[in-house]
Amino acid sequence: MTKFHSIDLIDISKDFGETTVLENINLYIRQNEFLTLLGPSGCGKTTTLRIIGGFEAPSSGKVIFEGEDITKQPPYLRQINTVFQKYALFPHLNVFENIAFGLRIKKIPNSEIAPRVAEMLRLVNLSGYEKRDIDSLSGGQQQRIAIARALVNEPKVLLLDEPLGALDLKLRKEMQMELKKIQKSVGITFVYVTHDQEEALTMSDTIVVMDKGRIQQIGTPTDIYNEPRNRFVAKFIGESNIIEGTMIEDYKVEFAGKIFSCVDIGFENNEPVDIVIRPEDLDIVPLEDGQITGRVISVTFKGVHYEMEVKNGSFTWTIHSTLMKEVDTEIGMRVIPENIHIMKRSVDDEN
Amino acid sequence: MVEKSIKRLYTFMIFLFLYAPIIVLIVFSFNDSKSRGVWSGFTLRWYFELFKDREVLRALYYTIFIAITSSLISTIIGTFAAIGIFGMNGFGKKLVLNLNYLPVLNPDIVTAVALMTLFRFVKLEFGVLTMLLAHVTFCLPYVILSILPKLKQMNRHLAEAAMDLGATPLYALRKVVIPEIMPGIITGALLAFTLSIDDFVISFFTTGHGISNLSITIFSMARRGINPIINALSTLMFITMVSLLLIINYRTEKQEKSLEERR
Amino acid sequence: MRIRNTAFPYFIWLGIFIVVPLFLVLYFAFTTGDSQTLSEFTFSLDNYKRFLTPIYLNVFYRSVWLAVVSTAICLVLGYPIAFIISKEKAKTRNVMVLMLVIPMWMNFLLRTYAWLTLLGKNGIINYIAGKLGFQGLDLLYNDTAVLLGMVYNFLPFMVLPIFSVMSKLDRNLIEAAEDLGADRRRTFLKVIFPLSLPGVITGITMVFIPAVSTFVISSLLGGNKSTLIGNLIEQQFRYTGDWHFGSSMSIILMVFILLAMALTSKFDKEKEGEGGGGLW
Repeated sequence: MTKFHSIDLIDISKDFGETTVLENINLYIRQNEFLTLLGPSGCGKTTTLRIIGGFEAPSSGKVIFEGEDITKQPPYLRQINTVFQKYALFPHLNVFENIAFGLRIKKIPNSEIAPRVAEMLRLVNLSGYEKRDIDSLSGGQQQRIAIARALVNEPKVLLLDEPLGALDLKLRKEMQMELKKIQKSVGITFVYVTHDQEEALTMSDTIVVMDKGRIQQIGTPTDIYNEPRNRFVAKFIGESNIIEGTMIEDYKVEFAGKIFSCVDIGFENNEPVDIVIRPEDLDIVPLEDGQITGRVISVTFKGVHYEMEVKNGSFTWTIHSTLMKEVDTEIGMRVIPENIHIMKRSVDDEN
Repeated sequence: MVEKSIKRLYTFMIFLFLYAPIIVLIVFSFNDSKSRGVWSGFTLRWYFELFKDREVLRALYYTIFIAITSSLISTIIGTFAAIGIFGMNGFGKKLVLNLNYLPVLNPDIVTAVALMTLFRFVKLEFGVLTMLLAHVTFCLPYVILSILPKLKQMNRHLAEAAMDLGATPLYALRKVVIPEIMPGIITGALLAFTLSIDDFVISFFTTGHGISNLSITIFSMARRGINPIINALSTLMFITMVSLLLIINYRTEKQEKSLEERR
Repeated sequence: MRIRNTAFPYFIWLGIFIVVPLFLVLYFAFTTGDSQTLSEFTFSLDNYKRFLTPIYLNVFYRSVWLAVVSTAICLVLGYPIAFIISKEKAKTRNVMVLMLVIPMWMNFLLRTYAWLTLLGKNGIINYIAGKLGFQGLDLLYNDTAVLLGMVYNFLPFMVLPIFSVMSKLDRNLIEAAEDLGADRRRTFLKVIFPLSLPGVITGITMVFIPAVSTFVISSLLGGNKSTLIGNLIEQQFRYTGDWHFGSSMSIILMVFILLAMALTSKFDKEKEGEGGGGLW
């Protein structure tokens, strides 16, 4: 809890009546970092964001902002601004007045407001739009106005609640790049909420994976992708093959009836584990060279690659390859030790 | 096609049924005699007598005064009520909504009698004040019911966005919420005004000291028998109303057209 | 984030002007006593016992009967019109709805008075009837006149909710039915009619309640021959001065209406907790 963290969440939990929506949330957000709260619907990520913004009060725990406890502070006193999911632009005000809203509250003189608004519009590539009506703007434009409206107040932290959800794919990808650029150029902390794991991997410095009100894993995109800590994270991020096996000893693991070299240590000898291999990490090789063999049962063209399902015994492997093997072909697959990820076996619930 | 003609005929008959009495009223307001069956010639004298009738003029004055005052008061209380109710949850909300709906559901005679009892209980003198209080009471639910849907339609994050940008709840209310729901507020106010102008039963029971509104006056005159002055009054009210309705209709159509064009 | 509830003044208003009066009426209904101070009333069920005598029960039955008949007539007459209007093109539709609404906006008393002039001995109908050979029809001051007055006054209240629901019917549903092979009759019976029921329920509510509790229509068009429960209540409160008896009848009326509405809402699976009914 130092002055160098932008935000600290300490032991946050939240109940709505009988339902517990957040449990034991502990995390810190560094200055100027792009942190994403990632998870499926209902995991509690939006609630966490709203607690940081001050729109919900936690049932227990503390919210610390640059060393100061702001748990009881109402939103209009926090130096934090929010970009809402459906933008929440004021329909009865034009673009200029929307962006100027916060500045007017701070009683900033008109002479200063105009240039600041113009500056923001330039930042989001909408110069000249001051007089436009909100309902004449497209989704992407409204989105950018919402960002401008928040940023013009020079907050220390910007909260974004699934801001790109309503945009089509191409526009979304463009906006992702733009948001990242804006964050870097303005140099403030972004706290971003999304359920789209690709989006999170593209934009974030740090990802917080959440499920059922709890934090599942915190790490950089590469960490989360390559070293998922549990089954949930492994399944949620990217595609995976998850198969049960046994850790024979350090650097040696057994699954699919074979023993493989791997790069993980720290498990008990003969400990039951879960093995994660990404579909793109399985190479197709001639049948006799394969560590694992199987029969192709389906092929789907995905544009970037082919996705094939390969059945070996009771387990079906998913592989991504630019090579295409037809259905009913017997093929061999190999994987290098670095791409075999070991996780502690989950004694869990859903598949 | 036979079906189409039947439809046309039926529609015509229904509208005839609805308008015939009114048309007769209007026509006979110009009749130069008190008879309602026989035409004796065109005259405007009933209109002149209308404007000279003190009873009617006094009633008109009170009617309009109470309508404006009660719709104003009920709109103000009602707007804040709707906003407050909208933010409520659970049992309290259901209770308030059901209580709110009570004057709408209850036959107006029961509401009238209940209010009458209240005023006697607190030994309040029956007159303009009691009629005013009664009018506000039955207008409030309609105002609230006009505004609530607008609140539901509104993006619920608007107020939060305002506060996020530094507005206190009061500022957010003033500058964001109220402008957003203004159409509902205006509808509610107009509805209250209309209901108040037209009210009979509740006014009848809660007035006193000879204070009458238009409906009460018409009632007493009608009980005494046919009076062409009433016909004249009907004609004037009919013309006023139709014009008002046409203007409102025209304006709403214009609004919708301009919204369409902007897209 | 706590905002003090802005509805607070309204709660107070509700309490004083809606809750308290109702309790007072209840109190009066269950007590007797002549005095001017409330505390000197004595508890009694006499008011109800008095009501349960043939004279008054008769009035009650007739009120209910007239209300039922007028509601039924409004439904039979009004449903087809609502349907016809809903199928017209937008422009015609708007005009027709406007024309339906105008009579509603006319002062209720004037609408009733209009029939007074029409039905009277010297009125137009008798005049025309006289020309046709029928002499001196007694059209006024009986139950039929009251019935006529009710239907005339309340017909638009039946048509509008039904129309409102019908016009909001998802066109896709009708097209889906046709796509699956339903002819016009079937589509109506199996799709349009069931879906229009919420509007019908609203319409019934908006006609039955005022019809069963009216005293203006019966007073102007029924004379002394047609006393309805509304008239009884009015008499007690304004002439006789027996507020206890009057209150008890009000309570009976209210309870009856609540029961009737509870019954009809069983047919309406959609509960409209907030916002308006089919009219707004």
